Amino acid sequence: MANKILEKRILRSDLFYFVAEASELAKKAEAGQFVIVRADENGERIPLSLANIDPDRGTISLLVQTIGVTSTKLSTLNVGDEIKDIAGPMGHKTPIEKYGRVILVGGGFGAAPLYPIGRAMKEAGNAVVSITGARSENLLVYEKELGEFSDKVLISTDDGSKGHKGLVTEVLKQEIEENGADLVIAIGPAIMMKFASLTTKPYGVKTLVSLNPIMVDGTGMCGACRVSVGGKTMFGCTDGPDFDGHLVDWDLLMSRQRTYLAEEKKAMEAYTRGSAPSS
Amino acid sequence: MVETKIREYTKEEIKEIRKTRTPIPEQDAVARGKNFEEVALGYTEEQALREANRCMACKKRDCVAGCPVEVPIPEFIQLVKVGDFIGAAKKIKEKNSLPAICGRVCPQENQCESLCTLGKKMEPVAIGRLERFIADYERMHGSGGGENEKPKPTGFKVAVVGSGPAGLTVASDLAKLGHEVTIFEALHKAGGVLVYGIPEFRLPKAIVQSEVDGIESLGVKFDLDSVVGKLYTVDELLERGFDAVFIGSGAGLPMFMNIPGENLNGVYSANEFLTRTNLMKAYLFPEYDTPIKKGKHVAVVGGGNVAMDAARTALRLGAEKVYLVYRRSMEELPARKEEVHHAIEEGIDFKLLNNPVEIIGEDGWVKGIKCVQMELGEPDESGRRRPAAVEGSEFVIDVDTVVMSIGTGSNPIIPNSTPGLDLNKKGYIAADGGGATSKPGVFAGGDIVTGAATVILAAGAGRKAANSIHEYLMSKVKN
Ligand SMILES: Cc1cc2nc3c(=O)[nH]c(=O)nc-3n(C[C@H](O)[C@H](O)[C@H](O)COP(=O)(O)OP(=O)(O)OC[C@H]3O[C@@H](n4cnc5c(N)ncnc54)[C@H](O)[C@@H]3O)c2cc1C
Ligand SMILES: Cc1cc2nc3c(=O)[nH]c(=O)nc-3n(C[C@H](O)[C@H](O)[C@H](O)COP(=O)(O)OP(=O)(O)OC[C@H]3O[C@@H](n4cnc5c(N)ncnc54)[C@H](O)[C@@H]3O)c2cc1C
Ligand code: SF4
Ligand code: SF4
Ligand code: FES
Repeated sequence: MANKILEKRILRSDLFYFVAEASELAKKAEAGQFVIVRADENGERIPLSLANIDPDRGTISLLVQTIGVTSTKLSTLNVGDEIKDIAGPMGHKTPIEKYGRVILVGGGFGAAPLYPIGRAMKEAGNAVVSITGARSENLLVYEKELGEFSDKVLISTDDGSKGHKGLVTEVLKQEIEENGADLVIAIGPAIMMKFASLTTKPYGVKTLVSLNPIMVDGTGMCGACRVSVGGKTMFGCTDGPDFDGHLVDWDLLMSRQRTYLAEEKKAMEAYTRGSAPSS
Repeated sequence: MVETKIREYTKEEIKEIRKTRTPIPEQDAVARGKNFEEVALGYTEEQALREANRCMACKKRDCVAGCPVEVPIPEFIQLVKVGDFIGAAKKIKEKNSLPAICGRVCPQENQCESLCTLGKKMEPVAIGRLERFIADYERMHGSGGGENEKPKPTGFKVAVVGSGPAGLTVASDLAKLGHEVTIFEALHKAGGVLVYGIPEFRLPKAIVQSEVDGIESLGVKFDLDSVVGKLYTVDELLERGFDAVFIGSGAGLPMFMNIPGENLNGVYSANEFLTRTNLMKAYLFPEYDTPIKKGKHVAVVGGGNVAMDAARTALRLGAEKVYLVYRRSMEELPARKEEVHHAIEEGIDFKLLNNPVEIIGEDGWVKGIKCVQMELGEPDESGRRRPAAVEGSEFVIDVDTVVMSIGTGSNPIIPNSTPGLDLNKKGYIAADGGGATSKPGVFAGGDIVTGAATVILAAGAGRKAANSIHEYLMSKVKN
């Protein structure tokens, strides 16, 4: 059986970690790439970053944040179940080199791609600092995992329950000012990546972001994933997913991400009605 | 075998029926604008016999010269006349492996039917409709067996990239010759444009599926969700024990006009619009999870088959008004006549001699499309009169959705990951008449070689490549 789920961990009520069998993919995939997943026969194709790649074991890992129908459907799968479709590895790998000091900034499912990227950056001889945040301490995830390869992990929480009280961008600014940085990689919600990019810009620190536009095929066939970078239209799936954060048109990205808000709400209502136990 | 009552036509009757083609029953234009069911319903046996009797069985067989794969047209029609529908199906399949599909979507009026001798004085024989009838008959009644004897395995393995008409044809021909074939398809479903592009109302997906099933029953393996160039490169396939690779990856890269406003919400490429609707079944949302914006007022930009499909799809999704914006005139419209005719019948508003210059937005959403009027000047290199903008003639059409259908290019994933594979000037794979590329053991055919063309040309290229690949493999045995 292909795409079988071998492990499942619930990190938070809305965050699931899966390890799935995908031996060919695991041989080929590299940090920064993603897969297109379908949960079932009627399912939508959604992109998910590779949260870990284990070629020896023949597995890949996914970190899924439940937002709408597809991510919720995925969250109901258990060990032994099969993910209907996994296609990839899509997109380009993140350029791993010796930059010097690399700061990783992640939020929510952004930790997924940051993990293999950060590990590869460390192996390439970089000093790696990870910054992650959440609303509150009990919502923090991946702190331990990022710690596996980071020289230090800095935390921020909105309520100050752990680490810096405030935003990750404030921690980022302070870290750059105190210790400098040769590369910043920010991955997470568009708004977070936008402000991380704005934060690094005055310091002239190169900032890579992994863009998450709406996708369909992930192979350059549909153009749904159009983003504007440096005034040029590019395809998120085949030209990216990594782009120079200082050149991205963030407002366009965020606007396009909202294309199907009304439909998504309707779909979620239909799904919860359909999957609710009938009494 | 199923008994067919044959009606014999007298000489007088034949003279009479020759005057007009047998019309094909169709769904009513108003009703069909609201559903995704097939528009043309197909001939009954009676109608097929009538139409077959119009054919004069010409010695010169001009019709055959008009068919890119040289289907033995008079011969199969003769078999229809005597009621041997299964025999007719076998006859067609000598040359064309996808008759149920070609009978529906071939531009017959430019191909076989354009050269039909009867067509010089009267209406040409409806060759495509007969081909479709025969293929449907065979699918419904079974082929009577016989052709499924397993060939002797040759021990050679061939990888086919892409499951469009080119890939499907190569795979089926090579499997019949005893080679072990695996098709690698990027999407989760096999069929290429036949499943993601051409809408259900012109080509029911069940028909494509039955072709795919038939090819699977020959022993061809389908490795879906496998993007060649990403999961395996062409070189890796050769290293992994495939003796030859055929690339039939199509021309799937959508083009945009690079005008302001093209990234607004509500602007689709035709590929995205059609893929969401056909492959992902967005017209059945939320039963299916993939959404699509159901525009009230939709502008489709372009004039080919793809544009017609997008316009008619928009209508079926519930649009009140669908405009087709094309920069030349009706005469230059590249789409099939039948499709244009159907589109007009269904109420698509043709805005000819107009070219979009800007898509106007509000709060990130499409509000309108600004067009400039065009006039036709001197003929250009293609022989078509070159359109030029009329100064100061800009006007805005209020729309909430725009579908760009101005052509496609070559997807760079395979070229970029395959060293030694020569491309032509336009970025398509360079291949000779038999599909051989600059890379030993690597063949290519279909849209990835010619640029966007037709199903039958892709299938024909697949057949030629299968012959070359067979020859190539057999020459290895001798050495
Ligand atoms: C390259 C890339 C990597 C990603 N990696 C991860 C990851 O590792 N983990 C994770 O949880 N999420 C990831 N995402 C986001 C994830 O794809 C969306 O959260 C998911 O599609 C939501 O689908 P849904 O049906 O659950 O929710 P919906 O209710 O359908 O959508 C919620 C929101 O998700 C976005 N979205 C919806 N459909 C798509 C789609 N087909 N493609 C892209 N975005 C869509 C839209 O902004 C939408 O408003 C990634 C996105 C991209 C482009
Ligand atoms: C909307 C539309 C309407 C059309 N209408 C007609 C018509 O009425 N009549 C007609 O004759 N023609 C029509 N055509 C044209 C016709 O469909 C194409 O010419 C034909 O399908 C080309 O066949 P192909 O096998 O070369 O490629 P395609 O059908 O494009 O198939 C290529 C396949 O390869 C896959 N692929 C691509 N890259 C990779 C990769 N790297 N790895 C693995 N798989 C890959 C793709 O996913 C796809 O499934 C239409 C086309 C469109 C888009
Ligand atoms: S394959 Fe197409 S062109 Fe050839 S005979 Fe059939 S309908 Fe005509
Ligand atoms: S040219 Fe027309 S009439 Fe003559 S054999 Fe062909 S189909 Fe029949
Ligand atoms: S997702 Fe279709 S082109 Fe990028």
